Amino acid sequence: MLKDITLGQYFPGNSPIHRLDPRTKLIMLVVYIVALFMAGSWISYGVMLVFLVAVVKISTIPPKSIIRGMKPLVMILVFTGVLNLFFTQDGRVLVEFGIFTVTTGGLKRAVFMVARILMLIAGTFLLTYTTSPISLTDGLESLMNPLKKIGVPVHELSMMMCIALRFIPILIEETDKIMSAQKARGADFENGSLMERAKALIPVLVPLFISAFRRADELATAMECRCYQGGEGRTKMKLLHYHRNDMTAFCLGAGVIALVGVLSAFGL
Amino acid sequence: MKEIIKTEHLAYTYPGVDDTPGVSVFEDMNLTVEEGSFTAVLGANGCGKSTLAKHFNSILLPTGGKVYVCGIDTSFEDRIMTVRRNVGMVFQNPDNQIVANVVEEDVAFGPENLGIASPEIRQRVDKALKQVGMYEYREHAPNLLSGGQKQRIAIAGVIAMEPKCIVLDEPTAMLDPRGRREVIETIGRLNREKKITVVLITHHMDEAAKADRVVVLHKGKVAADGTPKQVFSQVELLHSIGLAAPEPVELCYALNQAGFQLPLDRLDPEECARCLYETAAHSKA
Repeated sequence: MLKDITLGQYFPGNSPIHRLDPRTKLIMLVVYIVALFMAGSWISYGVMLVFLVAVVKISTIPPKSIIRGMKPLVMILVFTGVLNLFFTQDGRVLVEFGIFTVTTGGLKRAVFMVARILMLIAGTFLLTYTTSPISLTDGLESLMNPLKKIGVPVHELSMMMCIALRFIPILIEETDKIMSAQKARGADFENGSLMERAKALIPVLVPLFISAFRRADELATAMECRCYQGGEGRTKMKLLHYHRNDMTAFCLGAGVIALVGVLSAFGL
Repeated sequence: MKEIIKTEHLAYTYPGVDDTPGVSVFEDMNLTVEEGSFTAVLGANGCGKSTLAKHFNSILLPTGGKVYVCGIDTSFEDRIMTVRRNVGMVFQNPDNQIVANVVEEDVAFGPENLGIASPEIRQRVDKALKQVGMYEYREHAPNLLSGGQKQRIAIAGVIAMEPKCIVLDEPTAMLDPRGRREVIETIGRLNREKKITVVLITHHMDEAAKADRVVVLHKGKVAADGTPKQVFSQVELLHSIGLAAPEPVELCYALNQAGFQLPLDRLDPEECARCLYETAAHSKA
């Protein structure tokens, strides 16, 4: 049951989107999110949607898997939609029952908010689906490099992220093993009240933590044996380079944000 | 032959917690490992094999005596990196020594730490992966590989740093028979073809039998030292310290107890079978 947890799932591929520098993709995601929040009309949302669909098309990621990824968010979407629908009161009244009134303004706002969240998530998924975790960490490290000057431990953070990603499947497997071992000795994780089930998890967490600490200790020794001494004087096998595609992407991104900006400035 | 690792009157005591006294592992350990050799270190649990291995690359520092690696005293703080660059270490659990979640990135970890230029790291990584026969898996995630494959990745990660010596601390203890064979073959090949000095710590007799030299430790002292044939024919000594000889030797030993006169230096099953056949043919005649 724990096997199907996926975090930052990556679909290996060779599309132009996959080949973009991870830094380009990160910056583009930020630009895209800013543009989404600037958009306030049917036309600007339309522009954003066309852009998103085009990128999905180029990335060769099956749209189905993006939609599937949104399933856990249905509750949040419904909640946002309903709240905006009933609490925005402007424009013509459409329906009125009891204390609730639905106005054209409310309807428009609800649709926009839901569309915004959906497109935001789709964009983030595109990033993690087309970028391997390791190049994502590399990109983040290189983008945050200037922060080193003000004392942010950039290298350490990216190393931690890399190791965390590496150990997620190992610890999941371990949890599964411990749970099976406890079940074999009569532990019950499925029945009982919430409190009882939470209590049943303690005998799983204790050995899991102990083993995680032991692993951390061994890993630290192994890293020291391989001459690790922090980020100082370290080189990289894969250097990040901007290519022509990255320039094209930047121009496109700048174009989209400019277009949406102009549109919203004219109140469209 | 030049010596690569040398311990002189090495003493080590694990520090005690609070008021409890520390545990002394070695009092006076003298051992040299020659460059290009394949040495197996054997011993029952708690005899100090792993502690000894950790002295070979400054993970532990002696509490008495000296350890020299390539002529460098391991207790010199500022030479630690030179020591570690020359003596690579592979541990028991492959999962706990792989850092990155892509095979080639993990192999690159050591050379990256050494500050080598990117194109050369690429070359070293490719070469190391080819040497352990894992080149086609370079873009895989380590957690999808078998134990033997993961351990070979760990070995590749060490040889990409181009050390003179590799110390392996029970590298096959967590592997299935197939994984064990893969790892032992890889180590043997590296020793023969690349002339890398190998120190293999193990408790599998058949693995030790493949080395050129076997050192048996018992309670922090060298109990036997010599070629596999010399060491394993001392069956009684091995038994007295809780070890067993390789199976062919054990068989001959048991037959000798029953009145036969068989040699005790036939380590290879084939060799042993031939010897038994000849004895049988002889006694019939």
